[in-house]
Amino acid sequence: MIEARGLSKRFQDKKRGEIRAVDNVSFTCQPGKIYGLLGANGAGKTTTLRMLATILEPTDGTAVVCGHDVVEQPEKVRANVGFLSTATALYPRLTAQELVEYFGRLNGLDEPTLKKRIDDIFNRLDMDGFRDRRCDKLSTGMKQKTSIARTLVHDPPVMIFDEPTTGLDVMTARTIISFISDCRDRGKAIIFSTHIMSEVERLCDHLGIIHDGKLLAEGTVSGLRSKYSEHNLEEIIVKVVGPLLKNSEA
Amino acid sequence: MNFRNVAIVYRKELTEWLRDRRTLISTVLVPLLAFPVLMVGMTSLMAVMMNKAEKEVPKVMIVHGENSPELVAALHASKDLEIVPYGEDWKDEISNKEIRAAVEIPSGFDASLSGKSLPTVQIHYYQGEVKSEYGAGHVDDVLKAFRDDFVKKSLEAKSLPDSLISPFRLEKHNVAPPEKVSGAALGGLLGYMVILLSMTGAIYPAIDLTAGEKERGTMETILSSPLSRVDLVLGKFFLVLSASLSTAILSIISMGTSFYLVGHSNAMEKKDAAVFQLHIGLPTVLSVFLMALPLAVLFAAALLTIALFAKSYKEAQSYLTPMTFIVVIPAVASLLPGFDLNPKLALVPILSTSLVCKEIVAGTFHWNYILLILLSSSVYAAAALFIAVKMFQRESVLFRS
Repeated sequence: MIEARGLSKRFQDKKRGEIRAVDNVSFTCQPGKIYGLLGANGAGKTTTLRMLATILEPTDGTAVVCGHDVVEQPEKVRANVGFLSTATALYPRLTAQELVEYFGRLNGLDEPTLKKRIDDIFNRLDMDGFRDRRCDKLSTGMKQKTSIARTLVHDPPVMIFDEPTTGLDVMTARTIISFISDCRDRGKAIIFSTHIMSEVERLCDHLGIIHDGKLLAEGTVSGLRSKYSEHNLEEIIVKVVGPLLKNSEA
Repeated sequence: MNFRNVAIVYRKELTEWLRDRRTLISTVLVPLLAFPVLMVGMTSLMAVMMNKAEKEVPKVMIVHGENSPELVAALHASKDLEIVPYGEDWKDEISNKEIRAAVEIPSGFDASLSGKSLPTVQIHYYQGEVKSEYGAGHVDDVLKAFRDDFVKKSLEAKSLPDSLISPFRLEKHNVAPPEKVSGAALGGLLGYMVILLSMTGAIYPAIDLTAGEKERGTMETILSSPLSRVDLVLGKFFLVLSASLSTAILSIISMGTSFYLVGHSNAMEKKDAAVFQLHIGLPTVLSVFLMALPLAVLFAAALLTIALFAKSYKEAQSYLTPMTFIVVIPAVASLLPGFDLNPKLALVPILSTSLVCKEIVAGTFHWNYILLILLSSSVYAAAALFIAVKMFQRESVLFRS
């Protein structure tokens, strides 16, 4: 389970002064559910997800992931999280198998368990054909599969996906989407950010709309549709964020 | 700190490092080839050039000497000189390398030899120009032979023995052991090169493991693993240190081989070659290595820290290239004659190590200085490593954009 409690992150910028990238964001994601975080570029999605994955430390507030506090026990949190984003690249000079082995070992897996886990994942993701190929020689789809294998190797109960299909072709994006769906079926708690509404409709159980660091609206997909009397998710986002945009322009 | 995780990171970084052509060139190839190419290549080239200059029959002009036929005849008679006709602009001809030298004979030279005055014959040449200096040398030889012949004839005329002008012989003997001879000449160079190469060997791995990771987008990948940042930086640090030390070891091996080749080649005269016959035993090599160890730790940690601050490979290169000068200046200072260790200099990083290596290679072990330098270098190295660990915990550095 993931529980964000008043998460906030401020940065200092030489020109703009203090920037509130995330401001008092709270939400919960239960096992076997997918929570979709929606918002424009720069809204604060990536910073929120990075705080949940303990890559960044919150300035205020905290989050609890599988019973571990992100501020107090970041290493235990990371051991329970699989984090995948467009920014999580692969080591070019390692083979696909070496890369997954590396992360398995860092997650404390012993060699027999690691071998069994890798054989299982590589078989499931149809990766046996390129397991000994260096990552810099892999196609985009192969790289994405390797990244998935990397996040899965320690079988974490929580998965965090930050725009995982951005820039991918249709077939690779489908692989990712079906993988996320499969993770939910296996009872994992999943947080997912994207700009693609078809993916949201297909995957998400709960949604949070974030703008300027603040969580402006939250609820189930059907709940938000009835609240804003609108079926189209894009229109719902416009209705939530639009008034603020007009105020800032005025 | 988790040793298992540090070892896992180190093993992975080592695998990647051994597969990277760029770092292998700077860490293995450069130190292995630098000394042989510089030493053997340069000395062979110099020997060839000197030989050529020495064998050349120089064009020499005689200035005045109209009433000194004996000396002029002696100059003309020499097979080692080609006397060319007099020209007004003889100084320009020397500067323009058209002739190698000119001999200026004072008026009435032959006649004045029998008198009490002391005439001066002047040799004009182009200082710093090897062929002109050799040419002037040949002229000098001919003039000395003429003078000796004159003295000999004068003594014979007065029935006096030759030994009157040379009543005893002079011989110079070196009493310093061979390792001190070569150490005094090359000891500073050994320390300097080991220090410089242990730094250059660390530059590319340091960049690749920090700014390179940021550029390739793998930094966020590794930060999302349960690995602690202390373990991460230590794993990376040990790899950069390994690169630095292997460069230092290879440079010592390479340097030893080069000196052996130069010292035993026929390119040099025996007396000069002795300087290159470095008599370095295993204890000396280990001592130099031990002295360079804290410096290698300092370089590895400092370079990692600076490179981590950069956003890209290119930016890191622009930060680290000036570091070479920071290392070269104190290392070169240690080569200056008369620059010897004292308690204050023993606290100056790089310079102190370079100076003590010079002493060690020359066979002198100042234990008080050695301990002081080891201690001070270790303190600097520990401070640099501490800063590196702290930098890896700063979000503003890891995610600088």
